[in-house]
Amino acid sequence: MIDFFKTLRYIEFSPLLTDWLLYLLITMLICFFLSIRSNATLIEPWKKVIQKPLNIAVILLLSAFVLITLTDSIHVEILPNHPMEKNYPNTYGAGQTRSLLDFFTKEAIEHQETSYSAPFALFAFTKENVTQNAKITRDYPRLHYAGQHLKKESEKYKDIILKLGYAVLQALSLFILIIGLGWLYQKIRFKHAVKKTHGIKFPIKTFLGMLYFLLFLGSFISIMMPYYHIMGTSKVGQDVLYEALKSIRTGVLIGTLTTLVMLPFALLLGILAGYLRGWIDDVIQYLYTTLSSIPGVLLIAASVLSLQVLMTSHQDWFSSMAQRSDARLLALCVILGVTSWTGLCRLLRGEALKLREVDYVLAARSLGVSHFKIMLKHLLPNMSHIILISIALDFSGLVLAEAVLSYIGVGVDPSAYSWGTMINGARLEMSRMPVVWWSLTAAFVFMFTLVLSANIFADSLRDAFDPRMRDQK
Amino acid sequence: MFTYIIRRILYAIPILIGVNILTFALFFIVNTPDDIARIHLGQKYVTQAAVDNWKTAHGYDLPLFINEKKEGIQQFKQTIFYQKSIKLFAFEFGSSDAGQDISYDIKQRMIPSLFIAIPALLLGLLVNITIALLFVFFRGTYIDTGGVIICIMMMSISALFYIIGGQYVLAKLLKIVPVSGYEAGWSLLKFLILPVFIGVIGGVGSGARWYRTLFLEEINKDYVKTALSKGFSEVYVLFMHILKNALIPILTGVVVLLPLLFLGSLLTESFFGIPGLGSYTIDAIEQQDFAIVRAMVFLGSVLYIFGLILTDISYTMVDPRVKLND
Repeated sequence: MIDFFKTLRYIEFSPLLTDWLLYLLITMLICFFLSIRSNATLIEPWKKVIQKPLNIAVILLLSAFVLITLTDSIHVEILPNHPMEKNYPNTYGAGQTRSLLDFFTKEAIEHQETSYSAPFALFAFTKENVTQNAKITRDYPRLHYAGQHLKKESEKYKDIILKLGYAVLQALSLFILIIGLGWLYQKIRFKHAVKKTHGIKFPIKTFLGMLYFLLFLGSFISIMMPYYHIMGTSKVGQDVLYEALKSIRTGVLIGTLTTLVMLPFALLLGILAGYLRGWIDDVIQYLYTTLSSIPGVLLIAASVLSLQVLMTSHQDWFSSMAQRSDARLLALCVILGVTSWTGLCRLLRGEALKLREVDYVLAARSLGVSHFKIMLKHLLPNMSHIILISIALDFSGLVLAEAVLSYIGVGVDPSAYSWGTMINGARLEMSRMPVVWWSLTAAFVFMFTLVLSANIFADSLRDAFDPRMRDQK
Repeated sequence: MFTYIIRRILYAIPILIGVNILTFALFFIVNTPDDIARIHLGQKYVTQAAVDNWKTAHGYDLPLFINEKKEGIQQFKQTIFYQKSIKLFAFEFGSSDAGQDISYDIKQRMIPSLFIAIPALLLGLLVNITIALLFVFFRGTYIDTGGVIICIMMMSISALFYIIGGQYVLAKLLKIVPVSGYEAGWSLLKFLILPVFIGVIGGVGSGARWYRTLFLEEINKDYVKTALSKGFSEVYVLFMHILKNALIPILTGVVVLLPLLFLGSLLTESFFGIPGLGSYTIDAIEQQDFAIVRAMVFLGSVLYIFGLILTDISYTMVDPRVKLND
């Protein structure tokens, strides 16, 4: 960390387009929570959400994903003569666009093997011609980087167990530090007042358990990564765990930025149609019926194909590879957003139709409140639960869709890291003998964890926010 | 009833015109035919003459909307918009960018798609409903809770993993069925088992959970309480009352899918090497064949709208309360 601050002079903050949008999204989220903080009725369902142990575990997991996305979304450009360039030429080469996450995982970038190797392996996966004592034999060659610190190859397991022990201890010390800081914060904050629990039974055991687990995973990766390939290497010799970690950003961005694109369409058109009725309603209904009558995958494929042609005919729009693949990611989000607002729009239109006849809206209208103000102050807040639930439910679907689209060939840029690209490559690996299973496994574990947590979280939001669900209980 | 159907069909026309204009804009306004020609001929070092040749060969050399060189009605007929877009309404898809007749290809490839899609749909329905009924029968017990958790987990796995995993375990390790392929005649059966099986398994998570919600909604209604208090057994009520009433939303949800079965499944067909419309579309996307993709988009929306009309009709057949006279 310290060397990072020393070398700040040699880097320049240069966020990509999607980075700015992510910052915007985070700011919006923070503003949203600050604005509902004092509103008892809006905060009530959230209290219900955080009382269930499973939800807390899932929220922590999701925050870990978001944290990785954030560190991977602070991009800098490396200026010439970076002092670390000597030791890490790939990471700190002049003109490179790197994210904070890359600096944490710089060993994984540097330690590029020649081809496949299994998790924690010291030898390559395929036989090659090896020259030993001027004799050429066919054997598994030693990996260039993994386990080079070992004196003897038989020490590998001892070393791994030792490092595992370190990771446990490091996680424990971080854990104690975090708890200590939290305790101190509470002491200062509630120095004079009696601590208010608001009647919440916070599942503290699950929270601490999950926190320790995540800290342990973090320490384990940071301790092991410089010495071994934890999840093996890919066909071009790249660390698979690094690929999977970098793919988190793609998955999370597609899940969230699409919502950012979709929301204005769905909100504006849905509320306008339901509230104003008349010809505006007809036009908007026609628009979304037309769009939704095209099968989703086909519309997305057609749009992406058209976009591909546009991008190849205008190569001059992008100054670097990173920018190009970023533009493609953003365009994919826009396409997914434009093709998927119809569902939410239809829901909101129906709700607006109901709400416009409700007493308080009639009262506001007879008092002369303008249409715009009624929509903003009376309709929108009373629909927020629908919006929230549908965003949460859409997220996991979008992450899954990304993989499928990348497989079909209309997903993210082929040079970008994504789980879809990893799975696509794994298809050939699975037909090799012996099987190269680790790329697929890594993509599976990461994707499954993210999508499962998102699904559970969305369900708990629906249980807490949907008035129909509340009545049932 | 008859007038209603006529009205629905008339209402479909402006929507199809919208789809038509949208796809036209997507393919010809965003990119010029010159760009498309360059993509097909390779990016660099392409002479304008070669581009013009390609355009003439594929009928892209006409003006977009109005041909000023011609007279009368030909002014509109000899344009890209008429030749490539309006003709779709008559299901004249023209020839693909590779020179094949699209209508012929589509007719050839519809049948294999159906061989996969229909058994997968029917078996899926059967399995999902059975599992959902089990959940409802054991509601409130660990079987229900555990089952729902397994459903959520199964929903969280990408379809790609089901296919790759299924191919690996069943075809490669256990060698029960061939990995992929397609043959006419009875030997087709052994090729169908795996894709259909995977299609069913992949849909169980979301399907069973959805049907469970439908059944649970019915179970709180008054007629169920009445039936139970009259002394009918729970199993009887479950099958004779709840299942029967919940079939209405289930059936109508399925009917809308029926026409789309022709399109096949993109993933399944390309993984299992089935020469259906799904793999046709994937190939077209990979080869950037715009003519085929445009035809498939149009065909897809026609089938979807047809499905919606069928849904409305089926409502009147299964639910006597719904009348479509207005």
